[in-house]
Amino acid sequence: MSIRERLSGNEAIAYAMRQIDPDVFAAFPITPSTEIPQYFAQYVADGKVSTEYVTVESEHSSMSTCIGAAAAGARAVTATSSAGLAFMYEVLYVAASSRLPITLACVNRTLTGPININNDHSDSMGARDAGWLQIYAENNQEAYDNYLQAMRISEHPSVRLPIMICQDGFITSHAVENILLEEDAAVKKFVGEYHPEHALVGRDHPLAVGPYDSCPYCMEHKVMQAEAMKNAKKVILDVAADFERTFGRKYGFFEEYRMEDAEVALVLIGSTAGTAKACIEKLRAQGVKAGLVKVRVFRPFPMDEIAQALKNVKAVAVMDKSEGYSGCGGPLFAETRSACYDLPDPPKMIDVVYGLAGRDCAVEDIEKVYRHLLKIVETGETGPRYIHFGQRSNQEEVL
Amino acid sequence: MSKTMTEIRWHGRGGQGAKTACLLLADAAFASGKYVQGFPEYGPERMGAPITAYNRISDVPCTIHSNIYDPDYVVVVDESLLHTVDVTAGLNPEGAIVINSARDPEELRPLLRGYAGGVYTIDARRISEEHLGRYFPNTPMLSAIVQVSRVLEPGRFIADMEASFRHKFATKPQVIQGNMNCLIQSMKEVRGA
Amino acid sequence: MSFIKAESITEQSPWQEMTPGGEIYEGGTSRLTKTGEWRSNRPVWDPVKCRQCLLCAPFCPDSSIPVKDGKRADFDFDHCKGCGICWKVCPFQAIRMEQEVHQ
Repeated sequence: MSIRERLSGNEAIAYAMRQIDPDVFAAFPITPSTEIPQYFAQYVADGKVSTEYVTVESEHSSMSTCIGAAAAGARAVTATSSAGLAFMYEVLYVAASSRLPITLACVNRTLTGPININNDHSDSMGARDAGWLQIYAENNQEAYDNYLQAMRISEHPSVRLPIMICQDGFITSHAVENILLEEDAAVKKFVGEYHPEHALVGRDHPLAVGPYDSCPYCMEHKVMQAEAMKNAKKVILDVAADFERTFGRKYGFFEEYRMEDAEVALVLIGSTAGTAKACIEKLRAQGVKAGLVKVRVFRPFPMDEIAQALKNVKAVAVMDKSEGYSGCGGPLFAETRSACYDLPDPPKMIDVVYGLAGRDCAVEDIEKVYRHLLKIVETGETGPRYIHFGQRSNQEEVL
Repeated sequence: MSKTMTEIRWHGRGGQGAKTACLLLADAAFASGKYVQGFPEYGPERMGAPITAYNRISDVPCTIHSNIYDPDYVVVVDESLLHTVDVTAGLNPEGAIVINSARDPEELRPLLRGYAGGVYTIDARRISEEHLGRYFPNTPMLSAIVQVSRVLEPGRFIADMEASFRHKFATKPQVIQGNMNCLIQSMKEVRGA
Repeated sequence: MSFIKAESITEQSPWQEMTPGGEIYEGGTSRLTKTGEWRSNRPVWDPVKCRQCLLCAPFCPDSSIPVKDGKRADFDFDHCKGCGICWKVCPFQAIRMEQEVHQ
């Protein structure tokens, strides 16, 4: 039986961590993820978990602690945001290339600078090529559910890659919402115990982790790592299917909302999806065939599946909540547009970079994007493909 | 916007507990079976800096994750904000504003930039100091907004809050009665139209 | 269980037959790499001058001075890189360095 509760996103993650009772938590605070180690520290103090809670002096150290612990055979977790994730950058790659299944709760916040504490996706998007799995949440329920699925994906022998469970800083991390929690025993049974095939501690065989990898070998290891990322797709779906059987909530690579007959659609990540859903209902009532693809799994990127979801749409706006400074669009746009390249009749597609550094996005804002897509369909002209939305301007902007 | 949902915006100053009151209201609404959201808007994290917090309270799940621009109700925890913040911005004329003030509501109306809806005041300072011995405006403000908005049934709200206080103050039960008195007194005293 | 032996991984191994992250499932695998061919100078040990003080052995960074029953033997030229540290530390001039001539 699910438990009806109301929790903030940070509380939900800490609650999931308590239920899982990981072996090691490497803790260093940074807004807005600070509450996660804070709530978890209370569980440690109250004897509710048997976790080794390691307070470190930086995020570089917290990830290094996780790497050491995971290599030793422990289930290791941490949480961070923004500059904290950036400070882990070097060792994020070490975790991935050493094939260590570490779980990182990433509470998305803009990457400094300019100095700002609010939400966007620039932190985890900056780490998108680090070899980590990335799963994003729309709300607190999804943050909790994704966390419960994380370890089974990350620890699977065909994957063995670290995983980021991302949610929008403040917007969900600090917002109290209704949530369905699962019972401790059911969660423990679902997540299972971690018994890696190889580990530094408690095994008969010695092990060396992360040796110098000379040129004749290193590329082969990177290919193996790339292959593991591909393997993760099946595992993500298998775990989601078991999650649905066990707890009744359905997940996939992305959620298609009112896409069955959609003529105009958004592709976006995170909490804005909920706002977009409310907008879609409003537009549908007026006869507008609006739909949404909410990307849940960004790494590995579900390229073929996204193309299939968009193949019958006439115009698509990809909404990037991070500015990639590529001069031609954000990271979600690059992936989505590339995914549609092989379609015989791809939709017209624009990138709308929005919500940077906490700039709010309301139902009315989403409606403007849909209206713009309708205009594209009507005129047959895509117009500018790379648009910023929500900024003040002294000239007329596209949106 | 469907009227199955009530949107409330809180204006306060850092350290006065506006965020806590907002979360308490979400708690109470949750306890009475509603779908809730309670979230602060983060600006400068300093004592005294103006802060905003929001509630959505609904009979059906609410998926919107944005700030609230057209609230049904506004709560002002610090009267001095009336001079610096446009507290009635977007406020539904069918709704109301509840202000922490010892003054008569009609005395404050001229400060509200032409707002024509309901204006209510509650002397949260006096009530709080009387029952808690200190200035914690959030508890009286909480029950004042419930009384004015009827977003929750007042009797049920009082019962739920008592249960909540018993849980929250399990280690200092001596403060429970004072907080309950604050709630009840504030419901009686809130005035306006 | 995958316990691929380090000696079975070579520069000809396809990626599918290697270990994830380059993990090594046994100890002492550096022996498999013959670093002796990197040598441009070669130590020559004079057993007559040598007093078996054994100062050279722990100084050798490549563990290339085998010691058995309290006595050192000739160098392990599969792994000695010819750094000359043993020559430098020998108190009895029992080691000299010569230019290596690779066959």
